[in-house]
Amino acid sequence: MANPQLNDKGELTHLLTLEGLPREVIGRILDTAVPFVSIAERDVKKVPLLRGKTVFNLFFENSTRTRTTFEIAAKRLSADVINLNIGVSSTSKGETLLDTIDNLVAMNADMFVVRHGQSGAPHLIARHLSASGREGIHVINAGDGRHAHPTQGLLDLFTIRHYKRDFGALTVAIVGDLLHSRVARSLIHGLSTLGTAEIRAIGPQTLLPAAVESLGVHVFHDMGDGLRGADVVVMLRLQSERMKGALLPSPGEFFKHYGLTQDKLKLAKPDAIVMHPGPMNRGVEIDSAVADGKHSVILPQVTFGIAVRMAVMSMLGAG
Amino acid sequence: MSTESPNGLPDAERALASLAERMQGAVAIDAGLVGIYSGGAWLAERLAQMLPGKHPVGYIDVSFYRDDYSKKGLRANVATTTLPFEVNGGRIVLVDDVLYTGRSVRAAINELFDYGRPDSIELAVLIDRGGRELPIEPTYVGARVSVARDLSIVLSRLGDGRLELTVEPAGSGQHG
Repeated sequence: MANPQLNDKGELTHLLTLEGLPREVIGRILDTAVPFVSIAERDVKKVPLLRGKTVFNLFFENSTRTRTTFEIAAKRLSADVINLNIGVSSTSKGETLLDTIDNLVAMNADMFVVRHGQSGAPHLIARHLSASGREGIHVINAGDGRHAHPTQGLLDLFTIRHYKRDFGALTVAIVGDLLHSRVARSLIHGLSTLGTAEIRAIGPQTLLPAAVESLGVHVFHDMGDGLRGADVVVMLRLQSERMKGALLPSPGEFFKHYGLTQDKLKLAKPDAIVMHPGPMNRGVEIDSAVADGKHSVILPQVTFGIAVRMAVMSMLGAG
Repeated sequence: MSTESPNGLPDAERALASLAERMQGAVAIDAGLVGIYSGGAWLAERLAQMLPGKHPVGYIDVSFYRDDYSKKGLRANVATTTLPFEVNGGRIVLVDDVLYTGRSVRAAINELFDYGRPDSIELAVLIDRGGRELPIEPTYVGARVSVARDLSIVLSRLGDGRLELTVEPAGSGQHG
């Protein structure tokens, strides 16, 4: 089957996952994001690319930060943005997802940014739009189930490239709950497409997906071993609801083994950077001294995230 | 210009010398030279050395302001606009290699105003090839040439820093 994210000329038409996205396309998105970074430093923080276009933020699952950064990105491109926190309201009235989409298309939507608890929901919308001949309407996956969060993956790649340049010489360690993390999944696909020298997964057996090694990732259960010589340390959020399923003894126990402290960080390269997709649990997966310390690039990640989302939207929005 | 190269275009270095001559004494002593990527950027750097006074050099990539975005999309390798001086109240000379339809200059003026309200904007071009589609005229011109519509004039920078003009079949992205 053809890649549903690309049109017949090989150009990006939806952004659904980093899995299978060609290296040139990822590179082009990252390159395009560079000039968008500086727009935030101007008097008028807007360019006219998406003037007259309407972007719908469809959040079936809450996320203040992701929704806000997509909203800012669309507004800086001069689009009109409509935020719909659908939650349970339409679905409780019995409307199906695709009926909701058709109604919004009837309101002249040009782009959908979709966050959904079900893996594959953005794919379903993209397929529905192309099956009904509406190729000019684009879908961006803002996180679906445990599947993918491609713009987060791209902003992580952008951040790594900004500080470290050549992926072919890097060791990247991803620490914590990889099992439930669409952020980790997207990042791993992106890192491996860009030829990262070594990708490591660090965590307890119960929080590492069984198939992670088939993606070329080296697994470590001991954090000290896993951090040794790393250029980049990516901490993942430990979702408190995971505690209930007996996957973990307690937050305190987790911090002892897999929390990032300054002592543990000393095992990584002296110029290592520390990343976190947010929101952080201080004292659970990361110590405050590290989160606020000189290796941390957690806040630049947020700033770069806006530029990366502007790049994706401007690459999709022309057609 | 009397000296023409075999492709019928004036020599780029001679056209630049003649452009600098026209600007000398006419351009404000502190005017910022803003080159439109990529040819205009090289020219702005050269002009800053050739002209008397101290001219800060800026760079502008008009990709985010082009009027053919919805038709052609965003091109690859957009460069970062950098204006290392106060645009608000400043005097600016936009510098471009080839003036054709006037659409790049329109986009550049729009972008400049998102940085502030300049006191004045002038336009210096190495080559004016006519064919305007907008009411835009240059203040300073290096050389005027006439070239068939299906050809683009391309400025290149050689290894030793010298500039060179060539013609190419149109459609390779020239915007005027």
